[in-house]
Amino acid sequence: MKLEKKDLLGIEELTKEEIELILSTAESFKEVSERDIKKVPTLRGKTVINLFYEPSTRTRTSFEIAAKRMSADAINISVAASSVKKGETLKDTALNLEAMRPDCIVIRHPVAGTPAMLAGYLDSAVINAGDGAHEHPSQALLDILTVREKLGRIEGVKLVIAGDILHSRVARSNIIGFTKLGAEVRVCSPPTMMPPGIEALGCKAFTDMDEAIKDADVIMMLRIQLERQKSAFFPSVREYSRLYGLNATRLKKAPKDVIILHPGPMNRGVEISPEVADGPWSLILDQVTNGLAVRMALFYLLLGGPKPNYPRERRKPDRVSFDEGDAA
Amino acid sequence: MKKLFIKNGRLLDPATGIDGKFDIVIMDGRIASMTPPGKGGKDTGGEGGEGGEGGKGSEVIDAKGLLVVPGLIDLHTHLREPGFEYKETIESGTAAAAAGGFTTVLCMANTEPVNDNGSVTRLIIRKAADAPARVLPVGAVSQGLRGKVLTEMAELKEAGCAAVSDDGMPVTDGGLMRRALEYSTIFDLPVISHAEELSIAGEGVMNEGEVSTRLGLKGIPNASEDSMVARDIALAELTGGRLHVAHVSTRGAVELIRAAKKRGVAVTAEATPHHLTLDHGALKGYDTNFKMSPPLRVPEDVEALRKGVADGTIDCIATDHAPHSSVEKDVEFDAAANGVVGLETALGLVLKLVDGGVLELATAIRAMTSNPARAMGLDAGSLKVGSPADVTIVDLGLKWTVEPSKFRSKGKNTPFTGWKLKGAAVKTILNGKVVYSRAKK
Ligand SMILES: [Zn+2]
Repeated sequence: MKLEKKDLLGIEELTKEEIELILSTAESFKEVSERDIKKVPTLRGKTVINLFYEPSTRTRTSFEIAAKRMSADAINISVAASSVKKGETLKDTALNLEAMRPDCIVIRHPVAGTPAMLAGYLDSAVINAGDGAHEHPSQALLDILTVREKLGRIEGVKLVIAGDILHSRVARSNIIGFTKLGAEVRVCSPPTMMPPGIEALGCKAFTDMDEAIKDADVIMMLRIQLERQKSAFFPSVREYSRLYGLNATRLKKAPKDVIILHPGPMNRGVEISPEVADGPWSLILDQVTNGLAVRMALFYLLLGGPKPNYPRERRKPDRVSFDEGDAA
Repeated sequence: MKKLFIKNGRLLDPATGIDGKFDIVIMDGRIASMTPPGKGGKDTGGEGGEGGEGGKGSEVIDAKGLLVVPGLIDLHTHLREPGFEYKETIESGTAAAAAGGFTTVLCMANTEPVNDNGSVTRLIIRKAADAPARVLPVGAVSQGLRGKVLTEMAELKEAGCAAVSDDGMPVTDGGLMRRALEYSTIFDLPVISHAEELSIAGEGVMNEGEVSTRLGLKGIPNASEDSMVARDIALAELTGGRLHVAHVSTRGAVELIRAAKKRGVAVTAEATPHHLTLDHGALKGYDTNFKMSPPLRVPEDVEALRKGVADGTIDCIATDHAPHSSVEKDVEFDAAANGVVGLETALGLVLKLVDGGVLELATAIRAMTSNPARAMGLDAGSLKVGSPADVTIVDLGLKWTVEPSKFRSKGKNTPFTGWKLKGAAVKTILNGKVVYSRAKK
């Protein structure tokens, strides 16, 4: 079975069945990384470009290793986001990449919607590795896989996502993904970092952390960007940590067998205390392992086999013509 | 004597209340007579009369089945010249205006150099001398649009500016806006407000709400506009200056303007065809052709704007024609420039609202003719014997599809590509001269 898609731009566009297909494929790829020789020939001769407009060692490395374990050639391109504002347009970049005939572009970009724009210009598969505060689908898939492995189900699971919901693509993808599979999702943050209309995504919004976690099965802590303090999203790191940080004392208010996730990198002592991050509840390193498997699965499902011809609308360049039509 | 005879048309002039069949004779650029069909006197151009069909050197337009209205006036056009000729020129912009049925456009001051002194104003007017639409420059409120020092409004007025505005940028400093409204009363120059509280808008790139949350784009709440409109109304009330609120987009602003008018404040306002027809849901595909300032709001705002135009709270429909090249639009959403072109789609979109029962035809035409003229104190927007013959002939039944490649504007950045519209200008007449004729299919 294949994913009947050219690109993976977000969890929003995946059906429940497609999510399950990706997860089961990922499970089967986990074994590859346990082998002595961690490589399968599945994607030999394919080229994957990691196009990163934001520094992210962990996600980029995960995609890179995943591609290499499938025997694809992986090339990393890092672009400083500031240089995209003037000069070469996104379309130029896209057409240049296309001219080198890659099979897949993995893109991370600080502006929401950019992977979708790129996908419109390119014949190769595009995987969104995080776009602004929009989506980070492979992260949500690995989170779902991790929870499903541990709890054996997603249906009915109570998940709390806590922290800077406003700026978080991880939050959006997870809200959409988990609710699609029947989980009950709560988001918790100060009102300054709660986007308006978030409940339209199918979750419940909380500002009281203790209230949100009291019967939770899973707590996902988001990384807080400390520089947001300057923009007055919260008055101080100390107060943020007091109200929304997850430490051993607060954790006592949650059920005993609650599990803890964090997409990383963590601010130890801010949103999560070291004893929680390293404690028995924490599945943070399992997330990393599963991330690799999920990305292998995505490459396999999008690139494996002959390139299908998906009908899609390409953005045509504007054609200027004063000859046709009406004349004065 | 150059004569033009428009016969058999349905004349609609909301300023005078005329709605009926009239023959119009134009001589030397002015309206010579308006008479019921065939009733024209010998001298004034009944059929076969001296000024009529048979007259020497006369041109006849048979407007049977067509609507004849005063030339449309757009209070809000960005012609981009001088400085940004790659986006639009006075030539291409006025060609677009004529094709859209506009005979007069007010062009905004955010050019390079800024139109903040008489020499720039005169340059624009000189370049537009033979243009197919009358160009009335809007001077800047502050020197260099920097929001610090007032412009020399006496010179701007003398050079030909019809109003002042820092459009594109709000006048952030309330004290300066107060002085602008106060000082402008000497010349009776309207001050056009781009109402946006930047500290509230922040880095927003679209309306703040459910859609921005879903898309992960930064939002601009209605409060950004509402608070600035409230401030400017309070300042107009304080100073007695003439305030015109540009591109109103929120229900709150409509309410504030309605209440201010009731109190007798000298405030007028405009809404754009795109804010009257689209809401924030249109941004779902991240198409930068939907990125504009102010942003597309929620359906409740669209509804309030429509009601505002229908009941006259919003006096005018203006395009905010803002051409950009692909350099500014084929980029990441956050980096893309704000604005859409509008001159060539405005009438069709407004007539769609008429067709949909949102607006009366007379209200729609009033909002594009006499009301903008009144808001800016222009001697235009109505057809009277002796007045300059600016006339637009409209085919209400003409079906057409929006195709940016056919625009006369250099800007192809329209959110309406592929829209099927009914109704378009088929002839535009400026000073008695046909400056645009729509080709027959
Ligand atoms: Zn403006």
